[in-house]
Amino acid sequence: MTTTQSAAATGSPVAAVPRPSRGRRRLRLRKKLELTFLLTPALVLFVGFVLVPVVIAAWYSLYNYNGFGPLNDFVGLHNYKLAWNDPIFINAVEHTLVLTGLSLAIQLPLSLALALLLNRDFRGRSFMRLVVFAPYVLPPAVTAVMWSLMLQPSGFVDQVMKALGLGGEVQLWLANIHLVLYTNFLVLTWQYIGFGIVLLLAGLQGIPVELKEAAAIDGATPWQVTRRITIPLLGPTIRIWVFLTVIGSLQVFDIVWILTGGGPGHSSMTMVTYMILAGFRSLYIGYGTALAVIIFAFCFVFSLLYQRFALRRDTAGALTRAVE
Amino acid sequence: MMAAATATRRRQTLQQRRWTIMPATYLIAIVLVGITLAPLLFVAVDGFRTNADINSSPIGVPHPWVLSNYTSILGTAPFWQFLGNSALVAVVATTMAVVLGSMAAFALSRYQFPGREAIFTLFISGLLFPLGVAALPLYLLLQHLGLLDNQLGLAVVEAAFALPVTMLIMRGFMRAIPGELEDAALVDGAGKLRFFVRILVPLSRPALVTVSLLAFVGSWNTYLLPLLIFTTPSHFTLPLGVATYQTQFSTNTAAILAFTAIAAIPALGVFMFAERYLVAGAAGAVKG
Repeated sequence: MTTTQSAAATGSPVAAVPRPSRGRRRLRLRKKLELTFLLTPALVLFVGFVLVPVVIAAWYSLYNYNGFGPLNDFVGLHNYKLAWNDPIFINAVEHTLVLTGLSLAIQLPLSLALALLLNRDFRGRSFMRLVVFAPYVLPPAVTAVMWSLMLQPSGFVDQVMKALGLGGEVQLWLANIHLVLYTNFLVLTWQYIGFGIVLLLAGLQGIPVELKEAAAIDGATPWQVTRRITIPLLGPTIRIWVFLTVIGSLQVFDIVWILTGGGPGHSSMTMVTYMILAGFRSLYIGYGTALAVIIFAFCFVFSLLYQRFALRRDTAGALTRAVE
Repeated sequence: MMAAATATRRRQTLQQRRWTIMPATYLIAIVLVGITLAPLLFVAVDGFRTNADINSSPIGVPHPWVLSNYTSILGTAPFWQFLGNSALVAVVATTMAVVLGSMAAFALSRYQFPGREAIFTLFISGLLFPLGVAALPLYLLLQHLGLLDNQLGLAVVEAAFALPVTMLIMRGFMRAIPGELEDAALVDGAGKLRFFVRILVPLSRPALVTVSLLAFVGSWNTYLLPLLIFTTPSHFTLPLGVATYQTQFSTNTAAILAFTAIAAIPALGVFMFAERYLVAGAAGAVKG
């Protein structure tokens, strides 16, 4: 669709007029110069700082390297074997997958319900939208420091629970190894739920009112309209949200790092927190870059599969075009 | 007549339904606002407490109200340094990403040449390489370039990682602008570059605001890469500064609360004024 449009846009009328070939050659040269001028800086920046690091990661991951001296202890795929046999990393993968699964299972229905609610016409609606979206723009580091203060024993959260008569449910939110992963999930939800709501609201605005009205006139109940018309038409939005959420969950770092540092023990370790712990704090740089490559692989495989099987239908999606 | 009657009846039932639904809607809305705002209010209000007061009763009205936590933070250098560094990095990163990204988006939307789609695909593939995951190799790269502990090194990296989204949105927007405008400019003797600077850029203002804000907020919030590359405290950005402050002054809860509250203000301030553009950015992600 877009290709035909731009072909029309760029079919320069100047080129259509017959001209001496010298002039045309000059025009072609000029176009080449213009394109070089326009594209080179962005390409250099992008290749240098986005693609080269990926190559560096793959390269260093084949060495035993601690950050000092020459890179000469070639170990082949040893670092990858190490990761495969590292119980802490396997745990970190599991925790990351749990966080991803919880995000899909809990945040999606929740943001869908709240978006449907906020799409209603009621007083204070725009204020609500503003409030709900606000946590999303806070620096995650600020969110994490904030919540780590509130979740201290007998801190704000505990006091509020006591005030609400839930004093018996108070827990050691950040110290109980069976609970701490879920505490992290709650804080992540507080920060990111607004993004889902706003995305879905934008999708809801795109659904023609006539469709819902027609269904209502035909006797459909509000629930039927929501279930059979609104939610299916939100499909593309939901699929994009799922994509962004999974990619985001696979690389969770800031909040977990500041709240718990992956602990206590390794009970809330995620893939990226472990990568930083092993590769940076402990200076097993070769091993850390191998973990980085593995996390890349997770993101990449997910994206490919997802685009192949889920996003394929949204032909207008730019991400689909990018990989096919 | 019939149609009008059904319409009236429909409006009545809708109105009845509205009266039964509204209380529930408001109840959920109030709970949602409470959960969202309570933490922010807690941090801001408890910044006015003394440590003794926080330990005895962290909820309710401070007793006594003290300003010293806030004034001591605003009166010392670190906070302003962090703020200045964050602003510098964000402005440089945003400018680079938006200027270079728009130029490339122009080339990829209004020129016809072999390899155009391949180059665009290359840029968009950057969406799959999140900055967080690339942090360790980026650290090694900046080390090679001698850009560790350097705000401009951070800004360049953030600009590079902001390019994919910038180009996605800018190219989509520029493509939608009718070709007739360009033809008219060319007929009037303007070159393609002049058309870009004089006509296309001003017309793309809504998209430019959106991509600028996305790049700015992205840079402003980055924590992991600054954590790795900065060693000199006076180079820290705000998120790194807040987190470091918490570990340094872990016993002085009141001061950390005040610092966190102040650190949240710039982001919330930008957000209040730019909410609709950010929402447009989110919506743009859907439409691609």
